Amino acid sequence: MKSFRLTALVGALAIMAVTATACSSSDTASESSGTSDGAASSSITVYSGRSEELVGPLFEQFTAATGIAVNVRYGDSAELAAQILEEGDNSPADVFFAQDAGALGAVSSAGRFSQLNQSQLDAVPAAYRSPDGDWVGVSGRARVVVYNTDRVSADELPETLAGFTDPAWSGRVGWAPTNASFQSYVTALRVLSGDEVAEQWLSDMKDNDAQAYEKNSAIVDAVASGEIDAGFVNHYYLYAYLNENPDGPVANSFATTTGADALVNVAGVGILGSSGNASGASAFVDFLLSDTAQQYFATETFEYPLVIGIAPPDGLPPLAELDVPDLDLSQLEDLAATLEMLQSTGVL
Amino acid sequence: MTGWQRRDADTHPRGSRPARCTTCAGPLARPTRTPVLTTLGLIVAAGALLPLAYLLVRSGQAGWSRVWEIVSAPRTLILLRDTLALTVAVTATTIMIAVPLAWLTVRTDLPGRRLFTVLTALPLAIPTYVGGFAFVAFAGPRGTLQSWLEPLGVDKIPSIYGFWGAWLVLSLFSYPYVLLTVRAAVRRVDPSMEEASRTLGASAFTTFRRITLPQLRPAITAGGLLVALYTLSDFGAVSLLRFDSFTRAIYVSYRASIDRSTAAVLGVMLVVLTATVLILELRSRGRTTYHRLHAGGGRRAAVVSLGRWRWPAVGACTALVVVALGIPVGIIVYWLVRGIRAGEPVRLTVDLAGNSLWAALLGTIVVVLAAWPVALLAARHRTRTARFVELSAWVGYALPGVVVALSLVFFGARITPAIYQTMVMLVFAYAVLFLPQAMGSMRSSLLQVNPELEEASRSLGRGPMATFTRVVLPLARPGVLAGAALVFLTIMKELPATLLLAPTGYSTLATQVWSATSEALFGRAAGPALALIVLASVPMMFLVLRDRDR
Repeated sequence: MKSFRLTALVGALAIMAVTATACSSSDTASESSGTSDGAASSSITVYSGRSEELVGPLFEQFTAATGIAVNVRYGDSAELAAQILEEGDNSPADVFFAQDAGALGAVSSAGRFSQLNQSQLDAVPAAYRSPDGDWVGVSGRARVVVYNTDRVSADELPETLAGFTDPAWSGRVGWAPTNASFQSYVTALRVLSGDEVAEQWLSDMKDNDAQAYEKNSAIVDAVASGEIDAGFVNHYYLYAYLNENPDGPVANSFATTTGADALVNVAGVGILGSSGNASGASAFVDFLLSDTAQQYFATETFEYPLVIGIAPPDGLPPLAELDVPDLDLSQLEDLAATLEMLQSTGVL
Repeated sequence: MTGWQRRDADTHPRGSRPARCTTCAGPLARPTRTPVLTTLGLIVAAGALLPLAYLLVRSGQAGWSRVWEIVSAPRTLILLRDTLALTVAVTATTIMIAVPLAWLTVRTDLPGRRLFTVLTALPLAIPTYVGGFAFVAFAGPRGTLQSWLEPLGVDKIPSIYGFWGAWLVLSLFSYPYVLLTVRAAVRRVDPSMEEASRTLGASAFTTFRRITLPQLRPAITAGGLLVALYTLSDFGAVSLLRFDSFTRAIYVSYRASIDRSTAAVLGVMLVVLTATVLILELRSRGRTTYHRLHAGGGRRAAVVSLGRWRWPAVGACTALVVVALGIPVGIIVYWLVRGIRAGEPVRLTVDLAGNSLWAALLGTIVVVLAAWPVALLAARHRTRTARFVELSAWVGYALPGVVVALSLVFFGARITPAIYQTMVMLVFAYAVLFLPQAMGSMRSSLLQVNPELEEASRSLGRGPMATFTRVVLPLARPGVLAGAALVFLTIMKELPATLLLAPTGYSTLATQVWSATSEALFGRAAGPALALIVLASVPMMFLVLRDRDR
């Protein structure tokens, strides 16, 4: 009797499972056919390498403003870029919203983006958009040194990142060699100062016992706890930390010299060539470049708005005052040589 | 009576012999014909091999010289050595923790053993990408532990980063794989063998070592394999504890340069490594019988009295629970409190919990159904095809989740766009990823079912289906349930496939935890992380309560 009940239970669950999966697949099928009608009022699918915590509310504002529903797939920027490449022309994505220029560059060089409008491209300075005109930066993140204010004073910090190779800093500095924004920095250093300088700096830092972390946020945590005294990060991680630990003894130091140290990387957006709703996708790009969205980046994610004329977050030096290097961000796409250098110097 | 190998030599039980056996004579040597089972097994194998097919396609695009360059790079060899060292260390540790624990909670009068059964299995519900953070917060430089020890004059505790940190975290969060698998087997050990051994004068320890332990071998191996291959594929622990393993290298090549070829070559190497481990395991499987050989089975073993070892045993179990469950949960609660104090809204996670449960439930059913033919083939039919099917089933499990997910993205979007990014696709991905988790304990349970019982049922006029539902399934039930529980717990915390393949917009507790921790918003991650652990304890309770019936 007992075994009969068990069998019946298993059978019932199996039938339920099959029906349920069949139902949910037909749901999604009807949704996607809705998308391919191409009506701007329907919905778009966004692959977002930026997390729901950061940009979820912004997507809701877009839907409220335009009536276009947004289906969002959140993930890691690089993994989503790989996903778009693997999907080929059947990609359900209309828009790719990425955390860094490298991921956008990979999709761009595979020819998977379509051209943006000139007005969309012109909204931001030329340095923060694709030279091919197929993606545009919407917010900027500056490379900074985060330091522990209890253990180090601002004037003790070296003027450049090269100064951290001094034995006085041995074991006191954190970096994130696997992190895309750090790798962008190394690429910028290679492009601006040459491979030899970059390689020397990496191996000197390594010899100086630089501590490796997985992410920028872990570096900020480690600096705040006194595990290390300083670290190389993007500027806004500090604010996420202070949000949970308002009294943490940490502060940012912005580069005062030009060169790779003052690099500003971007989060940006592109429209897939295979999009079934190009007009909805274009409306989304317009929205990210609108005053509303740009203000949102300044006040909510503490990033630099890239559209000309929008004020930066409180307490940050204006973007124009940073000695941002004259560097085509698309040159940061080619990370292969950087990766090789990181590996040959034993940093990775 | 010196052990199972010798005993086996003179009993010739059928069913554990190769089906093509030519040396055994007599009416029992007829090879079993199982076209339906074999076909089902081959279908499952085909699905499970999709990731490998993808990896070969991508590696092929790199060109032979590039492949050789990657394979022979000194860095690759170092990775290989380090990864193997970690795998061996973690597997050995988990077996040493789990086997005594399974025996204590099933066979002895350990006080609070039902509670311990649930609590000691729960670390499995903690994703390594959360547990890793928790351990860094606790035992990292300037962590909680350091602040406790500072008044005692300890300036610097040994670094948690690197090999030992990864070893500790992986061992603590993966030993339940062995525990659950071995528990199911301990419950089915034939007590009469042990009694015979004791009657013949062997001590309790000798009996355990020479009678009980050999009977548990298939379950220990199955659990150990789950741990070993989990260690190969895990990303959370090695990345947070900063240990360079194969999986970390694969993630780095995706993340740094979206370099799919290098990742694919490393992935193929991982598959080769896995296959080597599995083939060694298959070879080492003796032709031992594990089922009862006589009539009158089904009796439960007498409860072993621990005597003066009672309280030391309780102490050891408590210590384990404190370290593997108490520390991570304590840290998560601390994050929650700190977040609320900082004005973080406490979010209701009912929808997310529902999504997690639904995906895990569907996934578990499909995985168990798919694992059944494979487990049956592996337990009963020693043909080449059976071995091939069993080997194939492991491929997805040993590969990093992102590789499996991308391979299904590749095939799904290009070949079956109708089901791409639907629940069907997601559940299929879970099956490819977690098939061995159900298969291992199902196989070892099936090994403990005497095939003569099935023959008796057939000869008494029952059909194959009735025999299956009335005889085999009830007898193999502990293994099926244990396998299902493992799969359920693992799916609840699964991340890469859920992120890439779930219907767009389908968030789960796991994706929410990931999303918050990736921005270092630990206060926001705490709620869903706790919900994940609480919900995962439900199937564990169910398993323990069922135990009491029997």
